[in-house]
Amino acid sequence: MKKTMTFAAALLAASVLSGMASAKTLVYCSEASPANFDPGTTTGGNDFDASSRTVYSRLVEFKHGGTEIEPGLADKWEISDDGLVYTFHLHPGVKFQTTDYFKPTRDLNADDVVFSFDRQFNKQNPWNGDKYLPNLTWDYYTGMDMPKYVAKWEKVDDLTVKLTLTEPNAPMLANLGMDFASIVSKEYADQLQKDGKMADFSTKPVGTGPFQFVDYQLDSVIRYAANPDYFKGKEKIDDLVFAITPDATARIQKVLAGECDVAPYPNPADIATIKANKDVTLLDQAGLNIGYMSYNTTIPPLDKPEVRHALNQAIDREALIKSLFQDAGATPAENLIPPTMWSWNKDVKTDTYNPEAAKKVLADAGLKEIQLWASDRVRPYNPNFQRAAELIQADWAKVGVKANIVNYEWTKYREEGKKKDRPGAFQIGWTGDNGDPDNFFATLFACSAIGVSNYSSWCDKDFEDLIQKAKKTSDQAERTKLYEQAQVIFAKQAPAFLLAHSQVYAVVRNNVTGFKMDPLGIHRFDGVDKSE
Amino acid sequence: MMLRYLLNKIALLIPTLVGITICAFAFVRLLPGDPILAMAGEHGVAPARYEELKEQFGYNLPIWEQYARYVGEVATGDFGVSISSKRPVLEEFKTLFPATLELSFFAMIFAMVIGIPAGIFAAVKRGSWFDQSLMGTALVGYSMPIFWWGLLLIIFFSGYLGWTPVSGRIGLQFFFKPITGFMTIDSLLHGKWDAFRSALSHLVLPSIVLGTIPLAVIARQTRSAMLEVLGEDYVRTARAKGLSAARVIGVHALRNALIPVVTTIGLQVGTLLAGAILTETIFAWPGIGKWMVDSIFKRDYVVVQSGLLLIALIVMAVNLIVDVLYAVINPRIRAA
Repeated sequence: MKKTMTFAAALLAASVLSGMASAKTLVYCSEASPANFDPGTTTGGNDFDASSRTVYSRLVEFKHGGTEIEPGLADKWEISDDGLVYTFHLHPGVKFQTTDYFKPTRDLNADDVVFSFDRQFNKQNPWNGDKYLPNLTWDYYTGMDMPKYVAKWEKVDDLTVKLTLTEPNAPMLANLGMDFASIVSKEYADQLQKDGKMADFSTKPVGTGPFQFVDYQLDSVIRYAANPDYFKGKEKIDDLVFAITPDATARIQKVLAGECDVAPYPNPADIATIKANKDVTLLDQAGLNIGYMSYNTTIPPLDKPEVRHALNQAIDREALIKSLFQDAGATPAENLIPPTMWSWNKDVKTDTYNPEAAKKVLADAGLKEIQLWASDRVRPYNPNFQRAAELIQADWAKVGVKANIVNYEWTKYREEGKKKDRPGAFQIGWTGDNGDPDNFFATLFACSAIGVSNYSSWCDKDFEDLIQKAKKTSDQAERTKLYEQAQVIFAKQAPAFLLAHSQVYAVVRNNVTGFKMDPLGIHRFDGVDKSE
Repeated sequence: MMLRYLLNKIALLIPTLVGITICAFAFVRLLPGDPILAMAGEHGVAPARYEELKEQFGYNLPIWEQYARYVGEVATGDFGVSISSKRPVLEEFKTLFPATLELSFFAMIFAMVIGIPAGIFAAVKRGSWFDQSLMGTALVGYSMPIFWWGLLLIIFFSGYLGWTPVSGRIGLQFFFKPITGFMTIDSLLHGKWDAFRSALSHLVLPSIVLGTIPLAVIARQTRSAMLEVLGEDYVRTARAKGLSAARVIGVHALRNALIPVVTTIGLQVGTLLAGAILTETIFAWPGIGKWMVDSIFKRDYVVVQSGLLLIALIVMAVNLIVDVLYAVINPRIRAA
């Protein structure tokens, strides 16, 4: 408490001395250092918090706290009837940030948009390769299959951009709201290229977002100031500071001591302390993830849905979740997608615990032994594969099925697990990228994903038709219906045992308003305010 | 004589150096699983892309060729480029090393200021309750898990009492361009006294945590060295001459007892750098220890490999300096 007082007094003194009457500073205790500030080249959530969500904006944005798409730099857009051509109309008069290292001479235009994407795939673009940064891999651009779907980006006029696809792909819009799709300044890039300082593009960012970059002390502190020209209006906070604090306990102590205002990812063990403190609030939400266990649906007797249902019913899921996630808690999964995602079907329920019924079915099917796969890695959707395997093994023993646990190191584990003819039950999970249901259903259970990431080798014609149709339909209401039906089929066919969506937490001091948990796992400070 | 001794010591470093490069190189290759797949995460990577990346990182070459390439690069001062930040490893190291050095320096001061007097006092009062409790405490201190100790201090002094800041290097309201990289010196160079005080207050807990093991070692070493010299003839002679106890202990005994203590202090550099890995992570201290941990989590093999090598080089250099200093203080060594 005393420390808080001296800190506040020092802060006050500092602001009085420097003549800034009452600059509002918000301190965020982030969990790790950003790799760099160019969101096209990075992959971590902490990288994106520090670059794309502060400094940059995109053509379209995710609703704050949701996965729905809303206008960003593009005020509106049209999609052609065949779903192949997207025409974006840019907001007029958007200014790039003026910093001590760059003074823009023009507003944002179509050239910036085309450049932002071109640099990520066009090998002729000087910003694509080693001239800019060594060993660039553009992971998200390739990971989201952009090279496959994008035919070309074109400037129609200064404020109109046209995107042509190779085939209809409704999730494209959600992709354009992702961090890698942040719009950068071509004018700034040209200037750096002329000056021979291309690497600065990743360390001194310039964007159109709510905050502009001021300074980064490596592995320690990142400073931002509110962008006075922000096209959605200047933020209420004057200064935003990221204090990089990797240890979860230290992070929480800092919030409790008032040294920072917001901190993500507390340790489960500290949750009780946080809840007991009057000065802070614990926010939580089901994360955009799913932990599950894939049965190989091509190998008898696991090819029969009733056998898979019986194995599910034999598992005491409630006890399993409690033992795995402990104080952190998790939302038991009813569907493959979490309840925070649009199209989640509230009427679908997964199998409930019923060992008696299971025992009979399994005996009839003659299932006596099964392989049960586990790895050593802690994942957000499953903190302990080995422990889960042991508990499931015990549950299955009660219904007369002997589970032999198979262990591999994480990388090898996935290599072996994805093989088409891998036997038994394989524990795995997924963390979503863009909040689009396609990113779960098609990535994990499309027929074409067999041998890649469809660990159940499951190819159901009805399910496949629905998800492929949904992928090609641009109307979200219609897509919702298709995905809702797909979830009914998934529950009926049970290609996997669904475990849970892990809970994600953040701690916020009570004088902070407007901070929201985000299902995409990002931390945004636009619209956040702080009272004294 | 001295030159020959020095050359001898340097010659002995060569096999160590080769050993370290092999270790650092093998360490990354011995990790289970494919480094490219490990970097790719759940997404996986398409086969064509995989081959492309393999070539880009040089993993397609035969292992000896990879090693030769690596040694060649290191020998020319090229420590590679970080996979995640894309910045030269050496550049990041240079930026972060002063923070580690500053913390280690204060940790060492803490260990010496308490360890040496405590060791002397325990030796003089051999067998007393002070001696026994000190030796007991030193044993506890030596075996203390740093992670637990650090968090305990934070929760008590920063959380409960509110005396010290939880973590970081300086209060966030202070913001100036680094000159030397040492926060305490830079704040003074900028003429900011508040900043200097803030930097010092941020050093208290991490210095205690990092200095705990060296403190225990130094206290024990000082005690045993003192006990040894207190039994020597010249100390008895000094006493017989009727010199004051303070003079006997402070001048005659201590000066001789300090020789092994100085060596011990030098050898603690390895302990400090190892301890810095945990201490920096707990206290969000932007030094090379935290950098290494971050890189392990990010699977940034290049940083881990080169960071390991750079840290090993520093430890070797310090050990060489200690050897030389020891020879200067104690001429008998040179002949050996």
